[in-house]
Amino acid sequence: MPGNFDVKYVAHLARIALTPAEEEQFGAQLSNILGYIEKLNQIDVSQIEPTAHAVPLVNVFRADEVRPSLSNEEALANAPAKANGLFIVPKIVE
Amino acid sequence: MSYEAVIGLETHVQLKTKSKMWCGCANEFGAPPNTRVCPVCLGLPGVLPVANEEALRLTALTGLLLNCTLPSHAKFDRKNYFYPDMPKNYQITQYDKPSAINGHIDFEFGGGVARVRITRAHLEEDVGKNIHFDRTSGVDFNRAGVPLLEIVSEPEITGADMAYEYLNALKDVLIHGGVSDADMEKGMVRCDVNVSVRPVGTEALGKKIEIKNMNSFSGVRRALEYEIPRQIAVLEKGGQLTQETRRWDDAGGITETMRSKEMAHDYRYFPEPDLMPFEPTEAWLEEIRRRVVELPLAKKQRLMRQYQLPAADAQTFVWDRALGDYFEALARKAKNPKSAANWIINNLRAQLAAAGGTLAGLKFPPEYILDIVDLVESRKISSSAAQLVFAEMFSGGEAPAVIVENKGLAQVSDAGAIEAYCDQAIAAHPGPVADYKSGKAAALNFLKGQVMKLSKGKANPNLAGEILERKLK
Repeated sequence: MPGNFDVKYVAHLARIALTPAEEEQFGAQLSNILGYIEKLNQIDVSQIEPTAHAVPLVNVFRADEVRPSLSNEEALANAPAKANGLFIVPKIVE
Repeated sequence: MSYEAVIGLETHVQLKTKSKMWCGCANEFGAPPNTRVCPVCLGLPGVLPVANEEALRLTALTGLLLNCTLPSHAKFDRKNYFYPDMPKNYQITQYDKPSAINGHIDFEFGGGVARVRITRAHLEEDVGKNIHFDRTSGVDFNRAGVPLLEIVSEPEITGADMAYEYLNALKDVLIHGGVSDADMEKGMVRCDVNVSVRPVGTEALGKKIEIKNMNSFSGVRRALEYEIPRQIAVLEKGGQLTQETRRWDDAGGITETMRSKEMAHDYRYFPEPDLMPFEPTEAWLEEIRRRVVELPLAKKQRLMRQYQLPAADAQTFVWDRALGDYFEALARKAKNPKSAANWIINNLRAQLAAAGGTLAGLKFPPEYILDIVDLVESRKISSSAAQLVFAEMFSGGEAPAVIVENKGLAQVSDAGAIEAYCDQAIAAHPGPVADYKSGKAAALNFLKGQVMKLSKGKANPNLAGEILERKLK
């Protein structure tokens, strides 16, 4: 329901830090968007097959063939931190 | 009140392809970190994944091997979460339209054959590997994007041992089917365990506990041996269980809380816009059907029936497929397949292991094993001489008949010659002779052994026995 749009929850899922003012602003805007999309629910789709794509295309494959990879230097070129061929990230704790 | 466990397993298996699921990087274990990566599997902006057809074939093949239905329409979805091992921040998987559904696997358990139903098998991508240091973590994306099949069982496994046997049976099927190497050491098989307990006789499921990321089958068994009594103890003390994810601490031998349901993930699944749906055609499926092989359990049962093999021998030929193929090729020409199986398992396999050789590198044709069986059964050589013949044939590749001739191993069935050996044995061992005469039948075996020794293993043992008996009457 548009009115119940939980901006804090969605911001957390997307790992975006919002200020209270932004929460107010984006929460209202996203609620409006959802309200607009809500109109789609008024259409009778009982006779329509669900689809994920507009293009009626299936079975797009590639052959199982190995192609050259990037070098380790290229792969790590944009990494903010690297060591021993690895991407270095803040310590992962679960 | 007594309780029963309800267990479901989610088994992740890396598929045996040359390249990754969405890109041409090699699907290869053990390469230096981040050297089997490209913009696609590193999740760089603007790239487009393209499905590896062989991975879809292996998925369908697994479905057939697990007696699944292969839906006419399957699709891929994005499972969104943030974790450093997943550079795109979503994993491509099959959420509500998987490639295989409603199957089952049969396996030997508790003296009979158990059946566990398979809910679904869906294709997804593996993630990178994290390496933890003191103050930071490192990520290697070589594994990211490797095709990964998740096989989900119905919650109808009832105990730790049954879970263990189910996993082993599944692994056997996957290896036999050529779907996966299923090498646990290389992390090619991982398992999530869902387990709850309920009072015996009740229908409602208890609170589900998930144990994540098990990388050994014995670990799964030990974790369940710990977790099931733990849950029962909580309930028996009047306590409540909460739905949660637990971690197995292999060194400590315990499970511990990782996160409770309140912190459960919301993966915001949605259809993967970069990939088109998959709708296998009849011709495509027919090609897969041709790749279906006999399942391990069916093969074991057939070997026992067709060749009168004992269960252990049949199992050996199932586990060692090359040896089994070698046996079956030979068994079709054998008058006595069971004897051929004995030679293959007790001698050939042992000598190959000792010499570090392979079946392909053998110096003699398989039919020579049948020659040895014939030589023994027609009593041309004794069974101890046959051992020598085999060893000689294995190392030099000569025909058994030639070895028997060259080494003078032909069994002596000439009564006159054997009589002479019997006389010598009787004269040399008055003690056992007296024992035998006073009623100790076993003493005859000793004397027979002496005759065999004197004849250098060539005397026909039955004849030697008869002659000794006659002489000692």
